[in-house]
Amino acid sequence: MKMDVLAKLEILTDAAKYDAACTSSGVRRGFRQGYIGNTTSSIAGCCHTFSADGRCVTLLKVLMSNCCVYDCAYCVNRRSNDTRRAAFTPQELADLTINFYRRNYIEGLFLSSGVLRNPDYTMEQMIRAIRILREEYRFNGYIHAKAIPGAAPELVEQLGLLADRLSCNIELPSETGLRTLAPEKTKAAVLAPMRQIQVRSIQNKEELVKYRHTPKFAPAGQSTQMIVGATPDSDLHILRLTQGLYDRYQLKRVFFSAYVPVVESALLPSKETKPPLLREHRLYQADWLLRFYGFRAEELLDEQAPSFDPRLDPKCCWALRHPEFFPVEVNRADYEALLRVPGLGVVSARRILTARRTGPLRLENLPKLGVVMKRAQYFLTANGRMADGLRFTQDSLLRNLIAVEQSLLPQPEMRQLSLFDDAV
Amino acid sequence: MNEMIYTYDGSFEGFLCCIFDSYANKEVLTAITDDEDSAPILFPVRAIRTDSGHAGRVLRKLHKLSPYGEELVRRGFLTCMEEREIRLYRLVVKLLREGPSFLRNFSDETLHPVATAVRHLNGEAHLLKGFLRFSDLGGILGSEIEPKNRVLPILRSHFCARYQNEKFFIYDRVHHEALFYAAGKAVIRPLADFQMAPPNETEAAYRLLWKRFYDTVAIRERENPKLRMTHMPKRYWSTMTEFQDDPYFTPQSSAAAVPVPGVPAGKPAPGTPPAPGRPAPASAP
Repeated sequence: MKMDVLAKLEILTDAAKYDAACTSSGVRRGFRQGYIGNTTSSIAGCCHTFSADGRCVTLLKVLMSNCCVYDCAYCVNRRSNDTRRAAFTPQELADLTINFYRRNYIEGLFLSSGVLRNPDYTMEQMIRAIRILREEYRFNGYIHAKAIPGAAPELVEQLGLLADRLSCNIELPSETGLRTLAPEKTKAAVLAPMRQIQVRSIQNKEELVKYRHTPKFAPAGQSTQMIVGATPDSDLHILRLTQGLYDRYQLKRVFFSAYVPVVESALLPSKETKPPLLREHRLYQADWLLRFYGFRAEELLDEQAPSFDPRLDPKCCWALRHPEFFPVEVNRADYEALLRVPGLGVVSARRILTARRTGPLRLENLPKLGVVMKRAQYFLTANGRMADGLRFTQDSLLRNLIAVEQSLLPQPEMRQLSLFDDAV
Repeated sequence: MNEMIYTYDGSFEGFLCCIFDSYANKEVLTAITDDEDSAPILFPVRAIRTDSGHAGRVLRKLHKLSPYGEELVRRGFLTCMEEREIRLYRLVVKLLREGPSFLRNFSDETLHPVATAVRHLNGEAHLLKGFLRFSDLGGILGSEIEPKNRVLPILRSHFCARYQNEKFFIYDRVHHEALFYAAGKAVIRPLADFQMAPPNETEAAYRLLWKRFYDTVAIRERENPKLRMTHMPKRYWSTMTEFQDDPYFTPQSSAAAVPVPGVPAGKPAPGTPPAPGRPAPASAP
């Protein structure tokens, strides 16, 4: 049976959409004579549109095939699920990508796949598609490819030389979770390619110093993703794991994906459960604190309080638990101390550093520098003075900060009051 | 010192000449405008003649004082800031009088409005690098945008590098100018009006593919219209493929009826011959 590209695209996009990663950053490559495309010069990457769920769409995110020999309980593509199946031919996928790219719809390709026959065969198909793009169409844009756990190291090597970023998903935050929900996958099989990519990247950097024209291996590094809310793992466990991955595997990003129930199973939360979006949001906030603000996982959470407070962001929580650290003096504190103040970010902390070289700063200057005073006012002094008329106790401070945060969170759904309450 | 109003021809060089002449004539400016009729009549008006030699001297002086200051003036001139000329003029005056140290203080009252406007311009240009959509019109890529600021000079290097071997044009509907690129040369020219030709079969097919992809990739359980609008304000939607109505995705029946838009007759666009017939690098699926 032959299926047209439109139908295939629909099926394979639908199957790929639960993957959170969609970035085009981490590599700067200018144009090359005779090639089409470059990668963005901005550190933040380049978003081409935002889908109805508010997530950025940068890359053409599709699966090579959604046929899968595995039966992971949490996945829409597991073999026991009754769903439409399709697979792109490498040529179809390359044509689609290059034509979307020419029209500036996308920044590049994000190629993943269900396991078709076996991991090696799947990877070969993916490599063929990317090879057509790179060699025949001379595509110089961004490519993010997924390394399939269990594939031969030689194939990971080939993929790394073609793609900008590689990723292997660890899927679930704990090995017990993996064992119950994805019995065909093991932690070792996921971590093996991750280690290989890391070792190979370091080696590649050394080679590049010696020989300028050495082919680059995954120049934008690697990332991973885990599903949050499908297993009973705590936030502390997830955050520690994340920190370990950054420390030990030098990942560029760890993505969290709130579990969207796709199937009724005794092992999983019921199908009525809403995806834990707020929890995912808090985890991302903490992830930023780890990567850019110099926090450690142990500072943010501990065994007594292993989950994030849904009412407050992790940085505010830390600040409330450490009154001895505050107030911070804007005109004297170093960059690291400024970063720990709620309401101050990387940009505004930098601006404070440069602005105070021309003269002492007053609190009135701070909003113009991008400081969110609604939060920061409780933790800052300028020339030893706090904001005029500001009085608070530990208790009222907590209440005020929660009030500030509340307006930013999605409001609980209003329910029409009914005389005959039938929903018992 | 006399207080004066200067009028100029609306070009960047003309604006720099206003600064030059205000020093040459020892006059303080209360307004600079390119529209003589709208100038307030409280102060005497002087029309400034554009002299590229004078403009160059002002730029060189700015560059010597602070390359960042020069960048602010160049980019600030492209923004949609209110009273843009006079604010930039005051920035230059302060720079000449006090030196460049105040440029480090983002909260400085002369710098802040200009720096904010330039950030707005840069932000809009950055978003448009992603939100701009091309249509393949017989081998030439065409696009229309509706930005608040004049972003074309900033978009130029990005798109010229990305589509180096293509021919393309971007039409700015708001400021009535267009960027043309072909064979390594890019020019920006005023263009009064432009109508995009309807799509041919291939183009319509890809538009539809993209729309289908866009509609499918959203996760229904996570729908969040407010978040989408924060990242992608609605004013950009009008020129984006995924938000168009049905006719946009219906091809013109006969392929021959698709005209090549390119450059209208009589408009100067060196290096941009509207050569039709060149096949697209990649064929239809």
